[in-house]
Amino acid sequence: MTEPTPLATGVIVPTPEAAARRAQSPLLQLARRRPLAFAALVYLALLVLVAVLGTVIAPYDPVSGNLAESLQGPSWAHWLGTDQLGRDTLSRLIVGTGPTLLYTGQVVAAALISGVAFGMLAGFAGGYVDTFIMAISDLLMSLPGMVMLLVVLTLFQDNMPIAMVCIGVLVSGFLMRVIRASTLSYRQETFIDAAAVAGLPTSLILGRHILTRQLGTVLVQASMLTGMALLLVTGAAYLGFGTEPPYPSWGLMIGDGAQIFGTQPMLMVSAGLAIACTVIATGLLGEGLRDLTTERWSGARARARAPRRLRRREPAMALEQVDQPVNTLLSVRGLQVAYGDADLGVVHGIDFDVAPGSTVGLLGESGSGKSATARAILGVLRNGRVTGGRVLFNGTDITGIGEFPAARRTELGIAYISQEPHMSLDPAWRVGAQLVEALRQHRPELSKVEARESALDLLEKVQMREPEEVFQKYAFELSGGMAQRVSIARALCAEPQLLIADEPTTALDVTVQAEILDLLRDIQLRTGMAILLITHDWGVVADMCSSAVVMRNGVVCEAAPIEVLFSAPADDYTASLLASNPAAMPTREQREEERR
Amino acid sequence: MLKIILRRAAAGVVLLFAVSALTFTLVSLIPGDAASALLGPNASEQQLTALREQLGLNLPLWQRYFEWAVSAVQGDLGTSIVSPQPVATQLNRGLAVSIPLAFGAVVLASAIGTALGVYAATEGRWLSKALDVVALIGMGLPPFWIALVLSNVFGVELGWFPATGFVPFPDDPVLWAKSLVLPIAALCVGGIAMVSKQTRDSVDEVLSKEFVDVLRVQGLSPRRILFGHVLRNAAIPAIAVTGGLFVSTLSGAVLAESVFGLPGLGSIAVRATATRDVPVIVAVACYFCLIVIVVNLVLDAIYAFVDPKVRTRS
Repeated sequence: MTEPTPLATGVIVPTPEAAARRAQSPLLQLARRRPLAFAALVYLALLVLVAVLGTVIAPYDPVSGNLAESLQGPSWAHWLGTDQLGRDTLSRLIVGTGPTLLYTGQVVAAALISGVAFGMLAGFAGGYVDTFIMAISDLLMSLPGMVMLLVVLTLFQDNMPIAMVCIGVLVSGFLMRVIRASTLSYRQETFIDAAAVAGLPTSLILGRHILTRQLGTVLVQASMLTGMALLLVTGAAYLGFGTEPPYPSWGLMIGDGAQIFGTQPMLMVSAGLAIACTVIATGLLGEGLRDLTTERWSGARARARAPRRLRRREPAMALEQVDQPVNTLLSVRGLQVAYGDADLGVVHGIDFDVAPGSTVGLLGESGSGKSATARAILGVLRNGRVTGGRVLFNGTDITGIGEFPAARRTELGIAYISQEPHMSLDPAWRVGAQLVEALRQHRPELSKVEARESALDLLEKVQMREPEEVFQKYAFELSGGMAQRVSIARALCAEPQLLIADEPTTALDVTVQAEILDLLRDIQLRTGMAILLITHDWGVVADMCSSAVVMRNGVVCEAAPIEVLFSAPADDYTASLLASNPAAMPTREQREEERR
Repeated sequence: MLKIILRRAAAGVVLLFAVSALTFTLVSLIPGDAASALLGPNASEQQLTALREQLGLNLPLWQRYFEWAVSAVQGDLGTSIVSPQPVATQLNRGLAVSIPLAFGAVVLASAIGTALGVYAATEGRWLSKALDVVALIGMGLPPFWIALVLSNVFGVELGWFPATGFVPFPDDPVLWAKSLVLPIAALCVGGIAMVSKQTRDSVDEVLSKEFVDVLRVQGLSPRRILFGHVLRNAAIPAIAVTGGLFVSTLSGAVLAESVFGLPGLGSIAVRATATRDVPVIVAVACYFCLIVIVVNLVLDAIYAFVDPKVRTRS
């Protein structure tokens, strides 16, 4: 009996895999999920080891050289060659690691202490303290680091540790800001209030409950700061502040290397590479740690990064010709859609028709493939593609419409309104300008003034109360209902034969929902366009549609006129969906009546 | 919008006072003051006291700062300890070198970085990955190392551009431009890396927005979507980071000027640091701060112009 037995004990025992995952140390997680960042960590650890061992592992004396062997290139005796005084470059690089990292470490340590302390203070104390500390942080961030370093060195060039601590404090402005922000977000959590109510002293709350949770943030920032500090420290060393010659440091070696660059570039290259590799390692480690702590590694990042092509591509496949049935506007035949690099199928060959001027509901729960179907018809699949089937519109094959030339798409007369009205408008353009753009695209003969007039007309048609005012507004200044009206107005610019509306009322208040549906019906009466309405709401279907297509797991369960669907659903799933519809449930009065 | 700019300008003045006061206070912490620095280690106590009184060093710190600030506002930043020149004259001459250098680098970095970033975002995964690697290396190489390599390769070896030195613009505009080519090139490598990555990420982000799909359905050409809608939206975060780019470019300029022997603010600062020339280093810090404040003001104005949320708020 090795299986966990939750029922017997009443305690849910984690499966061995889950337990193992949780017990995995952060280091192992880093190694598995971010191998590059892990390699960077290993490199940095080795570098610290080199810095500590220094002269012990250096093959030659770093200070005195053999003039007979000056300016040599790489050889078995001198792996990285020698400088003008015949000193072994590798040995100098190894011994120079110590002071370089020491100064860098001092800067980073001071910056961390100052940044974390002031950031937490600002976030926790709030009020004037917060305002004051943030003003200081602004001040520090607006000064170039190298200039601050020179000011500090004017004062303390004889005492490098003090100078490094000062510069550390001066570069901690950004860290203050980051720590303050995360302190603020932790502070708002209930358990902090609970701890305060329970009488825990503030210092303990700050130290144990907030500081420990900042650890991830602090590590990420420490890594990034190290790279920046290293550039400052080597820059200062190059200018002659820091390690005194003849003792080596990376910055000094670059200065030496520059003088002999023409005859022997190896010194310059190796010292530059040492710095660059270290800075890159800190960057990689920082990014890796950030991904781990924010758990963005889980693919969300990859998805956000996935570049989307705006350019035209050849259709992915050649499909057999299909004839469109008479008296249909849109015919979908055997449509298959797959998502992602793995081509995960979400729509598995569906068929349905939309007749001219009709309203067809496309119904299903989340994940049933209804939105994927709509996006496939429109040719705007995100990270997905049509893997089979055909979409016919008005006698033409529009499969892969996403790759059609812009002019063809304009002609077709398919319009789209989406679920999130605010997201479907360009936030940087005024409403009016977007309407004018859409109008002039479909009717290039319109002058700007005419287009403006027509746009105002359209805004009136979608029952906007003050069209002139709305014309001048940005999307973020509109309510959800207003934004959806604007979206509809823009869709109408195309004088579409078919409007595909993806959950057009889901994000809106109930009263606004009814208004928008009325508006759509009203427009349909006037223009005779067909509507393909994607929804999960039986109420909307009953209200709007003449027929509906019920989808589940990427296949069509049932397609029928709505009278049939509501009174005698042929499919079990349709029936169960209908039964679970809250609108169809008995009201309280009905229930009470039944009880009596 | 004007209100925002005015408020930021007022904040800038406060910032300038804060920086000068901070620097002034820090500098007054120097063990051994300007008097002992001027007279050398063999000066007698009487000589020191006399010079301190002459320089006003016996007054309390706040009074010294106040006097300094009053004359600074009138354009008098004191006299350098090392050379008899007034500090303001010296620095204004340096400004004429540093400003074209820093602006040239920032403008070039923004232009190339934006183009690369947009290209990487719209042209596919491979280029985008390559950009990550190049950006990482570009940000990792120390700017003064790049400067030294460029100076040695294109200045000393190939002789295409002067390896060091500076020709003032009025003397010979062509030579002036030539003397700035390598320093600007050295300075903008890091900037290009930073800007291209930022641009790529923000264009990617905008491309994933629903309104782009709606515009495609509408039948707008990819070119018009990109240039009319996407770039305008992607510019908003890009402008926000330009301020940071400018500050880091100024940082790099200090070293680049030293490498190329340009008599700019950075070289002046380095010399002042080595000779502990207190009046000069205080004034240099203020100059840099002033540059950053002015640049941030201009960026705020551009930002408000591009981002309607900022413009319509006030």
